[in-house]
Amino acid sequence: MMWLIQLIILIIVVVTALAAITVKDLLGAAILFGAYSFMMCLLWAIMGAVDVAFTEASVGAGISTVLFVAAVFRTSRRTKD
Amino acid sequence: MKVLGAIIVLLFGSLLIYCTLDFPSWGDPASPASTHVSPYYIENTLEDTAVPNIVTAVLADYRGYDTMFETVVIFSAGIACFFLLRSFKRIEPDTRLYRHVPTGITFRIEKGGRYPRESVDFERIDLQWVPHDLIIKTTCRMIIPFIQIFALYVIAHGHHSPGGGFQGGVILGASVIIFAVSHNLRSSTNRISEKNVVLLSTTGVLLYAATGGLCLLLGSNFLDYSALSQIFGVDSVTARSFGILLVEIGVGMAVMAVMISLYYNLASAGKQDEGL
Amino acid sequence: MHDLTLILMSKLNYWIYILLMMIGLYAMIVKNNLVKKIIGMNILQTAVILFFISIGAKNKATIPIIEHAHGPGNHAVSAAHYINPLPHVLMLTAIVVAVATLGVALALIIKLHQQYRTLEEDEILAQLKNE
Repeated sequence: MMWLIQLIILIIVVVTALAAITVKDLLGAAILFGAYSFMMCLLWAIMGAVDVAFTEASVGAGISTVLFVAAVFRTSRRTKD
Repeated sequence: MKVLGAIIVLLFGSLLIYCTLDFPSWGDPASPASTHVSPYYIENTLEDTAVPNIVTAVLADYRGYDTMFETVVIFSAGIACFFLLRSFKRIEPDTRLYRHVPTGITFRIEKGGRYPRESVDFERIDLQWVPHDLIIKTTCRMIIPFIQIFALYVIAHGHHSPGGGFQGGVILGASVIIFAVSHNLRSSTNRISEKNVVLLSTTGVLLYAATGGLCLLLGSNFLDYSALSQIFGVDSVTARSFGILLVEIGVGMAVMAVMISLYYNLASAGKQDEGL
Repeated sequence: MHDLTLILMSKLNYWIYILLMMIGLYAMIVKNNLVKKIIGMNILQTAVILFFISIGAKNKATIPIIEHAHGPGNHAVSAAHYINPLPHVLMLTAIVVAVATLGVALALIIKLHQQYRTLEEDEILAQLKNE
């Protein structure tokens, strides 16, 4: 059962990673990267690394996304690829 | 470039996949990573340090020297961001926006106009005007104290549950950032100024180093907290637990201050007047 | 057939981490936009962290917080009952360092945008050539 959940989350992680590098809008990429980080955090919680999952939930899904949004706000949303 | 990149990535990936055939299978208790030093940590942490959370004990006690320089790395990242972006040339724009707080009316004052004096009635707002959103502001004001209390709990309770200085510091920093996002950057820098942020981050790093130096002065090794038993008046095992707490507080202060400073500098592109 | 399932069960995780890492590397090499490159760098970092965490995983073991630590008497602590905590410690600091490098990288990007008014690598290179 745990194995199945892990497999599903792994697939979601790969999909969000691919989406984050292909979407043609930097703000969308930043938000997708936040979703990727949160899925990663769930994966670590399943593997039993509770401290790492907690850190990733606060750092990766929280602060990193805010920093990305702030940088995109200060530069531009435009991207060619 | 695209083809070349794809070829490199495919070659590298297939090489790595070939290497996984020699790996121990997933979750194998007898894998090399789990047989050398980690059984010692698992079996002796409780006797050595009286800390049930093994990760905290290894992070702040057994590998305390490593963690100290991780804190220094984070501190230097904050300093690097400061030196890259911060500009002190303050060009005050002639056109300013003020909001009359009791009525919610916004004034736009062009060049030559008279700006209202600093008071509680008038609040200066960003030129890229955002509507006054009462719901967001009130919700954030209500939620911030609870976030901060939770962060302090995470720092203080890192011995017994997941958590510690890094996580608690990040959550404390996030509570300030949420205030800056929901109000504006100017009201946030009025409460926690840049000077305080730099002071907090250096104090955090120095608190960590000072704990190590104190152990050195008491005739023990650097960051060997059992020497602190002479100060706290407890046995050496409990003293190590106390030493971990001191160090976690230092890490928490440094990480919180660096997160806030990164946000201030990035959101305002170094001018620290108007931001997200 | 049974052998194949066994190999899949034990190795599939690692293959997916390698796939993730390659996605990150591909973004760093090929993508033209600098923010996309940074996202690729972060994906690579988290893939490596994921790999480290998974080599610490153990079957039939619990999280590395000692049970009954304050109960009466001393319970014997057996290493097989707890997940290997050492990779967790190393990766916990790696995550926080990752956000620090992210901050510096974004600061560099803002500086570049102030200078060249663009984030595309080829446009920056063309402007450099014209100078």
